[in-house]
Amino acid sequence: MTLRPADFSPPFDARDYVAAPTDPEDERIEVGVLIVGAGPAGLACAIRLGQLLEDAPEVRERLGEVPVAVLEKGKQAGSHLLSGAVVNPRALRRLFRGRKRIDEMPFYGPVEHESVYFLTRRSAVRIPTPPTMKNEGNFVASLSQLGRWLGEQAEAAGAMILPETAAEKLLVADGRVRGIRTGDKGKGRDGQPLGNFEPGADVVGRVTVLAEGTQGHLTGVALDRFGLSGENPQVWALGVKEVWQVARPLDRVIHTMGWPLRAAAKYREFGGSFIYPMGKDMVTLGMVVGLDYRDVELSVHDLLQELKTHRLVRKLLEGGERVAWGAKTIPEGGFLALPKRLHAPGLLICGDGAGLVNVPALKGIHYAIESGSLAAEAAFGALQRGQTPWTPGVLAAYDDALEQSFVWKDLYEVRNMRPAFGRGFVLGGALAGVMTATKGRFPPRDLRLERDVDVELIRTDRAESYPAPDGKLTFDKLSSVFASGNKTRDDQPNHIVLQREVPQEIAELWGRMCPAQVYEAGSTHGDGTVTVEITPSNCVQCGAITAKGGRLTPPEGGSGPEYTLT
Amino acid sequence: MSTLVFLEHHGNELSKAGLGVLSKAATLGDSDLSAVIIGTGVRPLADEVGKFGAAKVYVADDQQLDAPLPQPRVDVLAQLVRDQGIDTVLFANSVLAADVAAGLAARLDAGVNWDLTDLVQQDGKLVGKRPALQDSVYVDVGWTSEPRIALFRSGSFDPNASGGTAEVEDVQLALEDFSTAARMVDQAHEESEGPSIEDAQVIVAGGRGLGGPENFTLVEELAKALGGAVGATRAVVDAGWYPYSTQVGQTGKTVSPKLYIACGISGAIQHKVGMQSSGVIVAINKDPNAPIFEFSDLGVVGDVHEVVPKLTELVKQRKG
Amino acid sequence: MRIAVCVKQVPEGNSRIDPETKRLDRSGESALNPFDANAVEEALRLEDAGGEGEVVLISMGPAKAQDALRKALAMGADRAVLVSDETAAGADLVATSYALAKALERESVDLILFGQQGGDSDGAVLWAAVADRLRLPVVSQAAEITHAEGKLTVKRQTEFGYDVIETPLPAVVAVSDAINEPRYPSLKGIMGAKSKPQETVSLNDIGVEAERAGEEGSRTEVYALNDPPARGDSRKIEDDGNAAQLVVDFLAEKRLV
Repeated sequence: MTLRPADFSPPFDARDYVAAPTDPEDERIEVGVLIVGAGPAGLACAIRLGQLLEDAPEVRERLGEVPVAVLEKGKQAGSHLLSGAVVNPRALRRLFRGRKRIDEMPFYGPVEHESVYFLTRRSAVRIPTPPTMKNEGNFVASLSQLGRWLGEQAEAAGAMILPETAAEKLLVADGRVRGIRTGDKGKGRDGQPLGNFEPGADVVGRVTVLAEGTQGHLTGVALDRFGLSGENPQVWALGVKEVWQVARPLDRVIHTMGWPLRAAAKYREFGGSFIYPMGKDMVTLGMVVGLDYRDVELSVHDLLQELKTHRLVRKLLEGGERVAWGAKTIPEGGFLALPKRLHAPGLLICGDGAGLVNVPALKGIHYAIESGSLAAEAAFGALQRGQTPWTPGVLAAYDDALEQSFVWKDLYEVRNMRPAFGRGFVLGGALAGVMTATKGRFPPRDLRLERDVDVELIRTDRAESYPAPDGKLTFDKLSSVFASGNKTRDDQPNHIVLQREVPQEIAELWGRMCPAQVYEAGSTHGDGTVTVEITPSNCVQCGAITAKGGRLTPPEGGSGPEYTLT
Repeated sequence: MSTLVFLEHHGNELSKAGLGVLSKAATLGDSDLSAVIIGTGVRPLADEVGKFGAAKVYVADDQQLDAPLPQPRVDVLAQLVRDQGIDTVLFANSVLAADVAAGLAARLDAGVNWDLTDLVQQDGKLVGKRPALQDSVYVDVGWTSEPRIALFRSGSFDPNASGGTAEVEDVQLALEDFSTAARMVDQAHEESEGPSIEDAQVIVAGGRGLGGPENFTLVEELAKALGGAVGATRAVVDAGWYPYSTQVGQTGKTVSPKLYIACGISGAIQHKVGMQSSGVIVAINKDPNAPIFEFSDLGVVGDVHEVVPKLTELVKQRKG
Repeated sequence: MRIAVCVKQVPEGNSRIDPETKRLDRSGESALNPFDANAVEEALRLEDAGGEGEVVLISMGPAKAQDALRKALAMGADRAVLVSDETAAGADLVATSYALAKALERESVDLILFGQQGGDSDGAVLWAAVADRLRLPVVSQAAEITHAEGKLTVKRQTEFGYDVIETPLPAVVAVSDAINEPRYPSLKGIMGAKSKPQETVSLNDIGVEAERAGEEGSRTEVYALNDPPARGDSRKIEDDGNAAQLVVDFLAEKRLV
């Protein structure tokens, strides 16, 4: 079988999501700077803008009644945020400029010890921590909680956060970004208006900042509209994690490689797991796997369940109870997959949406925060000098600042590591070692990235070793969706764009891939194809489907998971 | 202890739930157990109350008490509590009883615990047991003063006619002005179409195991035979087999009928949280590992297309 | 018509009981009790129909209950009063209804609306208690409300069908969730909510004496948490043609048929 998901691409056209404003001018909602996404990038942008505007009242006045607005599609800031996470506090320190101390931030404590293990089914071999993964001086955090806290800081700095608001279309007129159009609410399954139908609205601003996170909907639309994509495609990994209340505290940050992933190059299973302590009575653990995997039967959720049966992990969780679950994709292309530019007339792009993630170090949060802060400075600069933010080149100051920053330097140094692992764990590991030793000067010519959808599929009996869920240590997908706090309204339109009649293997690929059991192979047809059944209300908006042959668009605002501890 | 039990009636019959509470109160060893019946033309109902353990029955029979409205009943009960030195007032839950109990609590500044499924004497105190968090945990609750008011989940106790007679005493009415301000213009008639899913005491629900929308007739027939309502899972509503108004579950309705029969339903947690506090759960599914068997009282591993029609037939026969 | 809507916040996400206080753990994020959204919606509809008036939200809770109130303000309510006081913690129906009644006495309204109880809340049937303290008529389970000439006609949902009840104003009405489909706040509404008057008062401000507040003012207590009683032995049988009969026998044994 030489099937590739790329052969079944979704009927998605980015141009459908670009439009001129249609609401009459006096009904449009006008804000000064419009930020899409209340995650670390968007909120850092809002906080920095608040600082700058505090000292420039004449600029603030020109921005109107709502100088800074942050739109968030989740129920509140943090509802859709998920990460490991071990956070480098550098960007937070810079952002708050001494006005907030580390001990005032919602961290679970500094990283005191760390271990890296290479696992086999029955053993755990401690290996020296790769230099890119050293975490001294870093802090364990729940990104969801950090987001909630940053939201409070942003509001204190004068920003208005508008939750349950999905940004559905990019408003473009005269070649520049005017703002966004929010999604409708109160539509039924077939798109028909229900009794409490509320149409979307045009929200316009002088500058629009897209901080939507991984697989950002309008980010993808903007890259297309303004021709911003770089030479290499973006690639992603899927992370599935749980938070557990535990009987005994964990004293170290743990990373594992190896089992249950397979090292041979033909499988292309790049990734590993993380296990972090959250205070004395909680632990978070997750499995992260590159979406360039080849096996139809691979399921990251089930690999996480399998991981928990390893004696090293089982011991840590003994006597404990799962209290949360979630999933999200991570952009893994790094420097090589960055767009050509991160600005366009009236537009700035930050954070994971831009792909600012250091894969070997497993870090992205501090880059998101730094990029949000730099975006704020560029926007403020463009507004202050009396220049218009859409004059060509004005917002280029953002790209310039980013290129001078530690974000760029870090990403450049590790730019070839992820692509190296396409060659398999052992060779990839060796290559990565050389890259580290030469601080990125090796290899002399950059490697290339291949799209996740272009990977040819194979089938093994991988599913045979997934543990049957016992409801105590291991769990099925539906009860996990429940543990994500997802209570999405069923009676609304399907938000996932997908080809519905596909070969059985493709349907199975999607079914296994999705951690939330959104896709299922339905009725078969004579020619070996099946209808893909979709349960959109299960969706936790991780974005995996976009990497593997479909396209995720935002559902009705407020839908999706309600993360609090992830 | 001096306990008073509030008895409701509908038509010419005393409600079984209230008689059940009375029977339960009789087991608590209170020699001063009484009941109260309030309405119009209710005096004849008082005669059978003694059988269930009450030593005395108070009757408030007056035209002003005709409509089943709560506030005049609060007046009657408050008066009885004060005049007769009653320290415990018990109710079986209903729309009316809940309003009466809460109004009485405010009137007397008396503690009220509701949704109780049991009441016991523990360490010299009266302790109520009530479920919480969708029945996942049980809480022991009590009162810090008297009188104590308790509202029991409907159907918690079965009436037990162990014999005996009760003294009947008429109550003189002294109603507050505001209690009679609201008046009933039209009283509810029995629904002819079968109960709504929210009120039904029996629900028969169908899931994907039915195979197709045409098979929902099996569920409908059984529901009709049992006098119950039809429910559906999210999966079949999503697939368009049955309307959203019948969806039971986390994103649908939460129900707790006396009997819930799940046909072809796997029992994923999204469904479970909508029906797990049902009195008795019977599940029919051909997958022996379906999660629903972990929380059903009786599970049948079998084909719904075979078991359900047979069941309907047998139920019809039994009901004659 | 001037309408007060009593609303409360409920914890977001899956609820837990705090093992120390043995009460619902309300430390998580707060959201508007979804059933109260029906009450707010009904108040807005009645106000729209009547022409002029005001919809004021009354709530009791910690300071962050403001967030839940903001959603209701975003729907269109005019202002909010939050009774926030540490000494109110641990209040049961007796204490809560007393405080609410005091808060409502400060407002002179024609109608007081409540939402139906959420599944697991601590405050069941507050409306009847509040109505008694205010000496007002109360109608619960309202599935439809019509207002004409200073009185309300209410269709009330009971186990037996629908009653029709008339009551003069002022009155207390509790609405069922069947009464309406709450509107989504518009973006303008959400943005405007922040500038609507939100008053925070203490129990002292509204005249609630210390001994009638919180645990001290309550008349019930919680002793312990237990596991639920086992559902009893659950039986599983395989159908060999006989299962239907076994089911009927089982139901008969439980007196369900």
